[in-house]
Amino acid sequence: MSDATFDVSHADAGSARSAVTEPFYVRALLIGLVVILLGLFLVVPLAAVFAQALALGLGAALATFADPDALAAIGLTLLVAAIAVPCNLVFGIAAAWAIAKFRFPGRAFLVTLIDLPFSVSPVVAGLVYVLLLGPFTPIGAWLLQDYGIRVIFAVPGVVLATVFVTFPFIARELIPLMQDQGTGDEEAALSLGASGWQTFRHVTLPNVKWALLYGVLLCNARAMGEFGAVAVISGKLRGETVTMPLQIELYYQEFRALAQVSAFSLAAVLASLALVTLAIKTWLEWRYSDQLAATRAGH
Amino acid sequence: MRFRQPSIIPGFGLTFSFTIFYLSLIVIIPIVGLFIKTFELEWSDFKRIVTGARFLAALKLSFGASLLAALFNVVVGVVIAWVLVRYRFFARRLLDAIIDLPFALPTAVAGIALTSLYVPEGWFGKLLTPLGVTVAYTPLGIWIALVFIGLPFVVRAVQPVLEDLSVDVEEAAATLGASRRTTIARVVLPAMLPAILTGFSMAFARAVGEYGSVIFIAGNIPRKTEILPLLIVFRLEEREYAAAAAIAAVMLTVSFVILLAINLIQAWSNRRFGNV
Repeated sequence: MSDATFDVSHADAGSARSAVTEPFYVRALLIGLVVILLGLFLVVPLAAVFAQALALGLGAALATFADPDALAAIGLTLLVAAIAVPCNLVFGIAAAWAIAKFRFPGRAFLVTLIDLPFSVSPVVAGLVYVLLLGPFTPIGAWLLQDYGIRVIFAVPGVVLATVFVTFPFIARELIPLMQDQGTGDEEAALSLGASGWQTFRHVTLPNVKWALLYGVLLCNARAMGEFGAVAVISGKLRGETVTMPLQIELYYQEFRALAQVSAFSLAAVLASLALVTLAIKTWLEWRYSDQLAATRAGH
Repeated sequence: MRFRQPSIIPGFGLTFSFTIFYLSLIVIIPIVGLFIKTFELEWSDFKRIVTGARFLAALKLSFGASLLAALFNVVVGVVIAWVLVRYRFFARRLLDAIIDLPFALPTAVAGIALTSLYVPEGWFGKLLTPLGVTVAYTPLGIWIALVFIGLPFVVRAVQPVLEDLSVDVEEAAATLGASRRTTIARVVLPAMLPAILTGFSMAFARAVGEYGSVIFIAGNIPRKTEILPLLIVFRLEEREYAAAAAIAAVMLTVSFVILLAINLIQAWSNRRFGNV
């Protein structure tokens, strides 16, 4: 929000017409158009989730959470996020440290590779693991026969697919910010006798904590909501490998009125999570915009 | 020559090797594995898969609907970014926050919500059916879902550029006698062009791979409303692993090309407009 824009529009408010803005009716028309578009395309679908969940009353909606399948799905979703997010957090910090604090050839290429999972279809993300670790592959057969570990159509596969699709979230928040911050603070700490770990813990981490939280927030939202990649790899065993988004699909496909309510009730939980995520994200951007990475076009 | 420039900061070896290890394990090796699996196919089999009528129909639909959705998002996205950056009005911040909803809302939730709206007995379906417009289970429904998930990309790409764009240049253009229309067409839009192209590519890439929000509203009628990712799922369910890999390899190659295009656009934009 540049203040210049703000000042100009106000300074000219008295004059009949400004050279750098549109006539009043054009402005009103464009604002109206945007409000209607966002209302129809974004707000109404969101409202529909809650309306459909409550179609048969609150009791029917709440009954969803007595179904063991739904509870198992919620449990698995929490478990998967609890593994995937910390994995990508450690990776994000390590990658940002190596890329932002040192100069070596191929850094830009490395960043492109880290962003790669964003441009891969979720279905393909699930597929690559099925092809690598499925029970019909050498590695999959070896894991299954020698160790009894089933990866595909089991929980480890669901975790792997989620790690893949949420791979870049934290790294891409940290890398541009830490590059902007440079190495001056760390060099000062080190020259004053701090160890490498102390420098990271007391100098680098406080500098990036809000960006870190921002990345974790987005990573978690995607981890809990991922559908395509998990759908391919889970085998959809009810109560075992079904996450919340998959359970929504299973309910939805039953076509009974009560199952429809259950589908939208679980969806309402995820939609609420999305709203909370958006609220915290907006608050972080508003309160700590200077301490977040400058470039955040697209996720 | 050392690989990296000397520095007193410790931890390069540890963090760099962990980054490469984790990246290879999670991303690189599985993706390379997919291409290797594709090469197990005989050339004639590969050709049969990628020239089959069902595959070609899905290819046309996936890319066509994604292109139309991304183009629509460019127009709408530029207008939204302009309104949010340039005008001050009630609830502007709320609208700004809501733009990211498609990023935050799980795709399956978006999928069933949109379907419930556009089926003939849904809120929008009830209004559209008398007009003879069917959205659910048609390509139009797929387009709606792809517009939904792609909406934030162009807005978020263009917004920072517009914020940085000084009003001074527009004043200069006006002082020199340019009409408002000329100023926007010749001064503002060219400055936004790289951001628009980046946002378009991202929205397009996302739309081509999108699965969750599309399959519910698409109805998945063979050769009519089947998208490419769905064909992969079908081949997997039939245990036709190599065929699934072949379709995925085609999609991945396209993704790589788009990724390359985005990088080239950004490099070009940095050269032309400076790194903003």
